[in-house]
Amino acid sequence: MVSLADQLLVLVLLINFISLGTSRLIFSIRAVAVQGVILGILPGLIHPFSWHLIGITAGIIAAKGFIIPLLLNRAVRSAEIKREEEPFLGYVSTLLLGAVFTALSFGFAGKLPLLPEHQNYLFVPASIATLMSGFLILTTRRKVISQVIGYLVLENGIFIFGLLLADAMPIMVEAGALLDLLVGTFVMGIVINHISREFSSLDTSRLTSLKEE
Amino acid sequence: MLAALIFLPLLGAAITWLIPYDRLRPKILSLFALAHMGVTIRLLAVTPPDSPEKWIHLDPLGKIVLLSTSTLFLMCSLYSIGYLYYRQERSNRVLCVGLLVCLSAASLVTISHHLGLMWVALETTTISMAPLIYFNRNARSIEATWKYLLICSVGVALALIGLYFLAYATIVARVEPSLLLDDLMRDAGKLSSGWVHAAFVFLLVGFGTKMGLAPLHTWKPDAYGEAPGLVGALLSGGLVNLAFLALLRVYQICLATKEIHFFQNALIAMGLISMLFAAVFMARQADFKRMLAYSSVEHVGIMAVALGLGGKAIFGAIFHILANGLTKGVLFLSSGNIHRSYNSKSTDHVKGALRRLPWSGGLFLAGFIAITGSPPFAPFISEFTIVSSAFIQGRTLVGALFLISLAIIFIGMALTVLPLVMGEASENSEATSYRDTVGTVGPPLVLLLLVFVLGVWIPAPLMTLLRDAAALLEVRP
Repeated sequence: MVSLADQLLVLVLLINFISLGTSRLIFSIRAVAVQGVILGILPGLIHPFSWHLIGITAGIIAAKGFIIPLLLNRAVRSAEIKREEEPFLGYVSTLLLGAVFTALSFGFAGKLPLLPEHQNYLFVPASIATLMSGFLILTTRRKVISQVIGYLVLENGIFIFGLLLADAMPIMVEAGALLDLLVGTFVMGIVINHISREFSSLDTSRLTSLKEE
Repeated sequence: MLAALIFLPLLGAAITWLIPYDRLRPKILSLFALAHMGVTIRLLAVTPPDSPEKWIHLDPLGKIVLLSTSTLFLMCSLYSIGYLYYRQERSNRVLCVGLLVCLSAASLVTISHHLGLMWVALETTTISMAPLIYFNRNARSIEATWKYLLICSVGVALALIGLYFLAYATIVARVEPSLLLDDLMRDAGKLSSGWVHAAFVFLLVGFGTKMGLAPLHTWKPDAYGEAPGLVGALLSGGLVNLAFLALLRVYQICLATKEIHFFQNALIAMGLISMLFAAVFMARQADFKRMLAYSSVEHVGIMAVALGLGGKAIFGAIFHILANGLTKGVLFLSSGNIHRSYNSKSTDHVKGALRRLPWSGGLFLAGFIAITGSPPFAPFISEFTIVSSAFIQGRTLVGALFLISLAIIFIGMALTVLPLVMGEASENSEATSYRDTVGTVGPPLVLLLLVFVLGVWIPAPLMTLLRDAAALLEVRP
């Protein structure tokens, strides 16, 4: 079962590259949704069966795989934009940087004092690489929706690390964190709508009226 | 009783959501704030038993933050009755509901001893405040809201990975995996130092972003500048203290791991950088609300430096939670009044406020004197304790930099505040219907009186509470 988990984690890493390399927002949202569904399946592969597990799996798949992408899709449609245009850093450079970060996170994870039973698996490097990819998307893109996608990828990276901590995180806290993410994305969706109405664009480089003179 | 602290505001939020009258909502808000204050005072007097697994536990540190938040919230909600009377052009439903949800989450932060639960509550306060920054519904406020929401969400997410690292450290150490504060402190000696260090870095960056320590403060001037005065008061006097409480919890664990120096030095460095940043940007600030935001950056810096110094300065840090929170209330509420009256926050237009608004102008001036650490107000006591502790410990450089930044900030802030309050009124300033009333002047006046009283006399029960709280953060041999 664990080798299957590793294969899924490789898929997660590939999805990072898809979101790093595409300019089509709908496609990017779909990729992150698939990533969310994979993250929902993962706990089932590494933890023994329990009702707690079923609840968490259902919650993650529903939130990350369906509700959040739905909210983002609606925001994209109402703002009538399809593509990320002129990112601060080109797609090829971000892809290359993403590859470098992924390689570095494998090296870094090898140095960390992991438990022997976690040492041969991809959880820690995948987590750090996903976190870094999220950060990269957040900092290099102009459109607010791309930035939300970056935030979601970053959260996914944190979540992968959380898989190693089955017992330390009680269900109430996990559910609370998921709910916060959901409400947070909902509020971001509303803010996006207002930004597109106010600036008739979703370009964050237009958000510059507030700065020090 | 502890449950009432959380659920009473939520009940209030549900009621304010349901009623359709804009005029009635602030009154209901105040009613629930009053009830919350009552519960808080009762809890301070009679400490309730902990929850079975020690998830919920009200300790002296939590009590102080709870007291400061509840007091400030009560005054802000009373102020909202008078303030919203002038803002009848738009619905205040989201504002009132958001405030009450935030109060509930804030109370949960102060009483939770499970770091995961505390994280969830802290993130809830971030999200519930976002719509309130957007109250003015214009291009500038939406930009501020976006920056606040994204930067704080990412920051708090980084704090979550810090917590995960901490939990993983317990698993690596083969002790019972847990994120309960008491368990972590008990087992702290056995935790693997690599993971613990990584956790501290992420927690400092994460909670530091939420608190607005430089260089992670970039959202702060925008959010404080664009939010209505009472929201600014709660952000700078309430939410900042909650994030500081989260840092205090991390500090408690650090103390138990005996690797406190690393964390202390990081706190001193970030604190001093914050104070210097504030000193640079405070001067020639053309927007008086943004100036207050930099003052907030300065004061979180002061608290961080105090925490990093340890020893006697800890008392100063904890007293500063109250002193800074209440004084920020005075400043933001009175600046809200001035903003209403002139319909501008630019220092070019706003001049001679003392003549136009004797009460609000006077309160703003008194708030300025208090926040810059002049006697006889409360911030003087905390800042004096911190500086003297720095010199007693032989940290001359820290003490000197601290004093120099305070001096520059005093001058920079005076250059903005004095013309604003005392200068000649300019001819072309807009006339508005705003007049000082009991509703808009009373609450900041009460806060100022509290700041004054705390500056000359700390009641014995409060003194005991402060000492107990400081004792939790002292290095034990």
